[in-house]
Amino acid sequence: MPAVAATLDAVQSATESGYKWGFSTDIEMDLAPKGLNEDIIRLISERKDEPAWMLAWRLKAYAAWLQMEEPDWSSVEHPPIDYQALHYYAAPKKKAGPKSLDEVDPELLRMYEKLGIPLKERAILAGVEIPEGERPPIAIDAVFDSVSVATTFRSTLAKSGVIFCPISEAIREHPDLVKQYIGSVVPAGDNYFAALNSAVFTDGSFVFIPKGVRCPMELSTYFRINAQNTGQFERTLIIAEAGSHVSYLEGCTAPQRDENQLHAAVVELVAMDDATIKYSTVQNWYPGDAEGRGGIYNFVTKRAACRGARSKVSWTQVETGSAITWKYPSCILIGDDSVGEFYSVAVTTNRQQADTGTKMIHIGRNTRSTIVSKGISAGRSNNTYRGQVKVMPKAHGARNHTQCDSLLIGDQCGAHTVPYIECRNPTAKLEHEATTSKIADDQLFYCRQRGLSAEDAVGLIVNGFCKEVLKELPMEFAVEAQKLLAVSLEGSVG
Amino acid sequence: MSASPPNAMQLATTGFLARFEGNSGLRANPVRRRAAETLRHVGLPTQREEAWHFTSLRPLAGIAFQGAHAVHDHGHDLLARVAGIGGPRIVFVNGRHDTAASEMPDFTTVGEPALDETEDAVSLLNTMFADDGAHIEIPPGVDGETILLASLGVAGAEPVAFHPRHRVRLHPGARLTLIDVSLGRGTYLNNPVFDIEVAEGAMLTHLRLQDDATDAFHLSSVRATIASRGTYDSFALTLGARLARMEVHARLAGVHGAAHLNAAQLLGGIQHADFTTVVAHDAPSCASRQTVKNVLTGKSRGVFQGRIEVARAAQKTDGYQMNQALLLSPDAEIDSKPQLQIYADDVKCSHGATVGELDADQLFYLRSRGIAEPAARAILVRAFLAEALDPIAHEDTRAVMEHAIDAWWKGHNP
Repeated sequence: MPAVAATLDAVQSATESGYKWGFSTDIEMDLAPKGLNEDIIRLISERKDEPAWMLAWRLKAYAAWLQMEEPDWSSVEHPPIDYQALHYYAAPKKKAGPKSLDEVDPELLRMYEKLGIPLKERAILAGVEIPEGERPPIAIDAVFDSVSVATTFRSTLAKSGVIFCPISEAIREHPDLVKQYIGSVVPAGDNYFAALNSAVFTDGSFVFIPKGVRCPMELSTYFRINAQNTGQFERTLIIAEAGSHVSYLEGCTAPQRDENQLHAAVVELVAMDDATIKYSTVQNWYPGDAEGRGGIYNFVTKRAACRGARSKVSWTQVETGSAITWKYPSCILIGDDSVGEFYSVAVTTNRQQADTGTKMIHIGRNTRSTIVSKGISAGRSNNTYRGQVKVMPKAHGARNHTQCDSLLIGDQCGAHTVPYIECRNPTAKLEHEATTSKIADDQLFYCRQRGLSAEDAVGLIVNGFCKEVLKELPMEFAVEAQKLLAVSLEGSVG
Repeated sequence: MSASPPNAMQLATTGFLARFEGNSGLRANPVRRRAAETLRHVGLPTQREEAWHFTSLRPLAGIAFQGAHAVHDHGHDLLARVAGIGGPRIVFVNGRHDTAASEMPDFTTVGEPALDETEDAVSLLNTMFADDGAHIEIPPGVDGETILLASLGVAGAEPVAFHPRHRVRLHPGARLTLIDVSLGRGTYLNNPVFDIEVAEGAMLTHLRLQDDATDAFHLSSVRATIASRGTYDSFALTLGARLARMEVHARLAGVHGAAHLNAAQLLGGIQHADFTTVVAHDAPSCASRQTVKNVLTGKSRGVFQGRIEVARAAQKTDGYQMNQALLLSPDAEIDSKPQLQIYADDVKCSHGATVGELDADQLFYLRSRGIAEPAARAILVRAFLAEALDPIAHEDTRAVMEHAIDAWWKGHNP
């Protein structure tokens, strides 16, 4: 779809004010009591029917978490989080466990319909019509609060040997794989929020692509936070064996709620020789109202280990939601000739705060990384790019190019850039450039004199500003992302 | 925390505090006492602090610095290195004004400085101990021409520390070129603070050569306030010291002010040098420019931290920062953190950073024209530095600096 048409369409469809996806679904919930202690962790582990080693791992993480202090180095500010006032386990009430889609609670299915993700087989994300045989379909592992309710396309995937299932299922069905890789990229005690996640994670996705397999379809998880006061603690683990290829999409919307919701996910990616993982995110959780009340606190640890030679991991993210975004998808480039990429668009409006960026750690020879970050601040928000490029002594021929651009809309917002460039090998070539500017008056004038309204013009210019990142998204996401950008910035000019 | 044995930084802090406590003259001043109290509370910075992430003051621990006292060796021979710079000069030896070597310029006095409250640890140290310094005040509309401010450090068996506090004030429309050089031998800590005020339409050119002894420590701070249409134009060349940190804080307080904070760091051996800048754009329509070049050999480590802060009111800000590093040896390291912190929307701010070795194609080009490799390398390094050196309008100083760079290059490429 051409960018112009998409933008116009987006602006039109967004004229209803407020948070478009802010509805909530009434489904009976199975809630654990509020608070966090060893008993809650035991309860989670028991409900999930986990083996003893998993419980031990969780308890160890909890012990580490108790010793840690909440980090304060980022530029985000929020009232202290009362970790004892949250529910750490919430599952939609289920009968015997759905065997097929027919058994899934119809309330849930209706909700997904509202969100525009038909779960039915052969249906494609957001109803985009694609002629038969032109594109492979998409598999969705839907996460409703904490429990994956349905997984589609299992049989197709199974034929090629791909495992795509909720992580709790993987712990039961593929314990050796999980045991080998979980915590190997983000250790349980890595940071405050990762430790918390390791102790209490309830669900998430597990993906295993066997040697030499090109995953026959794009994998997608639809996250959605529901029940009031439940933090979501997903754990995602993706393993791409030698020569394999997978593209994974993660998208989120959340219903409107008054109280802040805590979200602390951990995503671990492992890429072996010649493997490629493409991880795309569109994040549109509830950002809070105009005064910053409510909204999701999003503290995420995402990290990829490019262990094999010529392995490649590409992170693409479009971040428009959440009251607070704190996330730094990173690549540890261990294998020779491995490649890390980070493409990011972060939009903040009203009183949103985003502190996001990446880390590229070059360890192997001839490792390459690319960082393209586009930050857009409007209203009274603050948007920070924080990134690190580190070249270790043995990373001969390492190469990095970083570009971070910030766009300011309005004079009450802030845009910040905090890059760390550390080089310990003379053969490395690093380039970093950053710019900050506002939307140029002549660009606006050009659009206006051709009959576009101020808002349409801004949508158009912003989409152009983000083009380098949006083109990295899979097509279905690119369309959704363009709409999100325009909707997010609605009302911020004029 | 309190139960654990003191670490190296706590020991270093204690050393300075003990020297302060032992001097009743210093203790009499309430500003100094408050500085000492603050330092006792916060301690010298460790690498856990964001501003000191890349630079460790640990090498200071375990060195029992003595206060500057009467010296037999005045180190006047060191001045030969800057003989090419004519005109009046103010010479300090181990932080004390040396009347014999000085040729006092107009508008200048020396003596115990007026002390402002300071915040960061390095300036706190200066506030505790500063008992001498130059006070330069150029009247409105006057061209103060050129003043050479030379700081010589000479230490024998006993390491010394000195903390001069210089004040430079340019009244509206005044002009001055201040050439500030640090030279020395032995183990010493040179910890100067410059308090600089550039009034409306005034222009200060501040050219700095830090060629301290290879065993010396150099911790300096410049705090400059620039009023409307004023210009603070500085260039700092770092060649010396085992551990150096130059901090420059420039505040653009009036419309159409300008700040240029250019620097070059040439390091070898186990040297560590840190150039840290904060440019605060507090008023609209100001411009700041920074070009910082690092040439690193041996096991040296270069650090550049530059922050551009743009306040809400500072619309039409134009900020630019370029940081480049050449790594000439496998063990050299560069750490760079160019930072933008922007709260106004109608601004144009950008920064760039590059790291790499000498370009193989360029080397080949020169060699294919019959230039031997060492000479070709020298040409490319000089070309790399040219962008930072070119803006130096003061010919004598530029010649001295280029000579110093040539000497440095010969010293590191025998």
